[in-house]
Amino acid sequence: MNGSGQSSPRSSPARNGDGRARSGPPVAEAIDISKRYGSTVALDQARISVLSGETHALVGRNGAGKSTLVSILTGLQAADAGQIRFAGADAPRLSDRDAWRQRVACVYQKSTIIPELTVAENLLLNRYDRGRSGLINWRALRQRARELLALWSVDVDVDSRAGDLSVEQRQFVEIARALSFGARFIVLDEPTAQLDAAAIARLFDHIRDLQQQGVTFLFISHHLQEIYEICDVVTVFRDARHIITAPVAGLPRNDLVAAMTGEAAALRAAPTRTAPAGPVEVVLEVSQLGMNGSYADVSFQVRSGEIVGLAGAGGSGRTAVAESVVGLRAPDTGTVTVGGHRPRPGDVSAALAAGVGFVPQDRHHQGLVPGMSIADNATLTIPDRLGRAGFLSAHRRDAVANRLIDDLAIKTPGPDLQVSGLSGGNQQKVVMARALANDPRVLVLVTPTAGVDVRSKEFLLNKVDEVADAGTGVLVASDELDDLRICDRVLVMFQGRIVAEMPTGWRDHDLVAAMEGLTVDA
Amino acid sequence: MPETMTSANAAAGGEAVAAGPPSGRRVGKLAIARLRDLALVPAIVLIAIVGQIINSVFLQPDNLINIAQTMSEIALLVLAQTIVLVAGKMDLSLESTFGLAPGVAAWLTVAVGAGHGTGLLSGAWSIPITLLVGALIGIANAALIVRFGLHGFIVTLGMLIVLRGLLTGISGGQTFFNLPESMMYLGTAVWLGVPASIWICLALFAAGIVLLGYTGFGRSLYAIGGNVDAAKAAGIRTDRVLWAALIIASVLAALGGLLLSGRLASVAASQGNGAIFTVFAAAVIGGVSLNGGKGTMFGAFTGILLLFMIQNVLTLAGVPAQWIGALNGAIILVALVVSRITGGKAHE
Repeated sequence: MNGSGQSSPRSSPARNGDGRARSGPPVAEAIDISKRYGSTVALDQARISVLSGETHALVGRNGAGKSTLVSILTGLQAADAGQIRFAGADAPRLSDRDAWRQRVACVYQKSTIIPELTVAENLLLNRYDRGRSGLINWRALRQRARELLALWSVDVDVDSRAGDLSVEQRQFVEIARALSFGARFIVLDEPTAQLDAAAIARLFDHIRDLQQQGVTFLFISHHLQEIYEICDVVTVFRDARHIITAPVAGLPRNDLVAAMTGEAAALRAAPTRTAPAGPVEVVLEVSQLGMNGSYADVSFQVRSGEIVGLAGAGGSGRTAVAESVVGLRAPDTGTVTVGGHRPRPGDVSAALAAGVGFVPQDRHHQGLVPGMSIADNATLTIPDRLGRAGFLSAHRRDAVANRLIDDLAIKTPGPDLQVSGLSGGNQQKVVMARALANDPRVLVLVTPTAGVDVRSKEFLLNKVDEVADAGTGVLVASDELDDLRICDRVLVMFQGRIVAEMPTGWRDHDLVAAMEGLTVDA
Repeated sequence: MPETMTSANAAAGGEAVAAGPPSGRRVGKLAIARLRDLALVPAIVLIAIVGQIINSVFLQPDNLINIAQTMSEIALLVLAQTIVLVAGKMDLSLESTFGLAPGVAAWLTVAVGAGHGTGLLSGAWSIPITLLVGALIGIANAALIVRFGLHGFIVTLGMLIVLRGLLTGISGGQTFFNLPESMMYLGTAVWLGVPASIWICLALFAAGIVLLGYTGFGRSLYAIGGNVDAAKAAGIRTDRVLWAALIIASVLAALGGLLLSGRLASVAASQGNGAIFTVFAAAVIGGVSLNGGKGTMFGAFTGILLLFMIQNVLTLAGVPAQWIGALNGAIILVALVVSRITGGKAHE
């Protein structure tokens, strides 16, 4: 590293007042960074200072400028104004990728591995071992990859196809790759968004391990719980500006949320739902449902106006059950009855016709067609209502879409905008709009608030509440406690079976324990 | 940069943190990956046996050489297309390059009087001109696809039509005869009892296997085809690699056209017409993905070999020539279904 570090007065760590006594200049520092895209201000005099060995959280609602800061901090784009410094020295030129890679690495939400190549080749891409002939020496390359993974305690087979890795393994491989360039400062961009609880725990263990070994993390997350669990210091951005940097331990949750939202809003109060009283129509009945290798003997009912949670860790079968209800999977045994009808198993359009609305697990994969407009996406499930004989009326479509946009407070100039231009929270609202477009009698939600900012999350959950009050039966399959908190009762699945049922008012600890398969006795 | 690993301050940190479920079958996966490469070998053996049963001429050296020689020219197109496909692009114009490159050489070197020859240059220029035309077409493709970011399918479709038209234009829709000696040589020479074009084809495929499997350039093709952003992030100069891939492909197509012109001692205005479909079929049957990043040179070779062996067997079985086209198409479809079943995954 070209250590001509003249420490400017700005780079003093004390400036942020985080109260942690760390020696040396910050590992990475952004000073008064501004960035505009056309008329949009993405960052306005933003700053962050990450000290060596700490795990620093960067939080903010969608559009607060986090992603822009990350891309500037990792050298993918230049700031309009301001300065980036690493260990007290100026950042390298943008074109000098190698120098950047030695200082900072980012594990993005979007995978940067190449699925068809082996793990070994992904790790050492473009850094091949060559034999005397100048050709690639695969044996040496695999050996080096194996050593690299062993060094950073990543238990992954270097010969496996990278596309076959789980999200978790992929992240570990990407972290190991980042470290292999010599970087000891790693940005994790929402690493837990696609992980289940057990995998998150393993990821955190790993992060703590690496922290011990002197690796510094900048951790971006929507989950405040995780920040309290793993981070030392938190920086909040709002509306392209730096709001606060403070030690996590000294910052109460409500203050953190207030900093993010700019309002002194308390976190969602305890649920005030009242379960529908008396004998109410059963809108969804699942009976003796089973699917080989996924779940078995699942039976439950959802009544009109009721919200039922289906909790469980990844692999517990909760998602598979939800997907069986909507016809994405065909169960081997048992029946699903929706409002008195039995839609053909494994037939989505039959389920939709029977009155099921569905928010799928992964909005990028199953929820949205990114290049299509909001109107087209929101009305994808109801073409028959938009015209006759297979023709669609654009007028009617836009009318329906406008109603949904108002209803769900989707922030958009109009129904014609491509959904890829929306923020994550608003995209998820479009998915919800699509689920609600056919006025479902049963609404099935799978992790409905994954990767969504705090405000949108609250909005979406309120919406679910509202929909239930109007008489729809709701099934929420999730391992996210906030999603489950709105439920009248929660069914807990473990290893493919329903193992517990908890009425509203459960304690977090008990529910998590049940999802992890621990016996609950309070 | 191995030194970054040894200098890591962390060698002591190493209790294995289990990254998810333990990954067993260490040997298995690699072995399967290798096997996929050989997926068509049983089919080739089967066809050889069937061919031998139908007509005992099939396994005679003369017939085998005949198969190898007739496929050698198209095989170069498959080689070229595989390079482009692995990088996640496609080049339809290869079939027109296959005709136009030797066509231009013939146009410039064939003496006036015989057809549309101009006789502007001496015969010795014919091979350099052929290759040069190939390179220029590759540059034009690369400029449009890489530099201006146009979609490769449409660009090369347009190029296919333009180049075909150019050949029709310079030849007046007729065939060039009386080619200079140097143009005939590679298509007609026999080295060690085997036609030169077979040697050239085999040598280039061997080079292609090494190129794709064991050189940084080849691996960057896979990286670009698999995930171009990841390739860029790894420091690969993706644009430069794509330029090279497209130019190499066009030059190979030109060389293939040269071999065919030499063997037939002529350049027809329709040389290469329609060949691109066979080329794509061979590549896909051989396991090369149309979406890029996947497939091997050896697989592509087995693909084209299989198609030509089947054609030969059909001819030996006395199938009327008028029906060969329909059967060829059907065979391609069947081969795709079979490779889908054996490969286990959808063609993308």
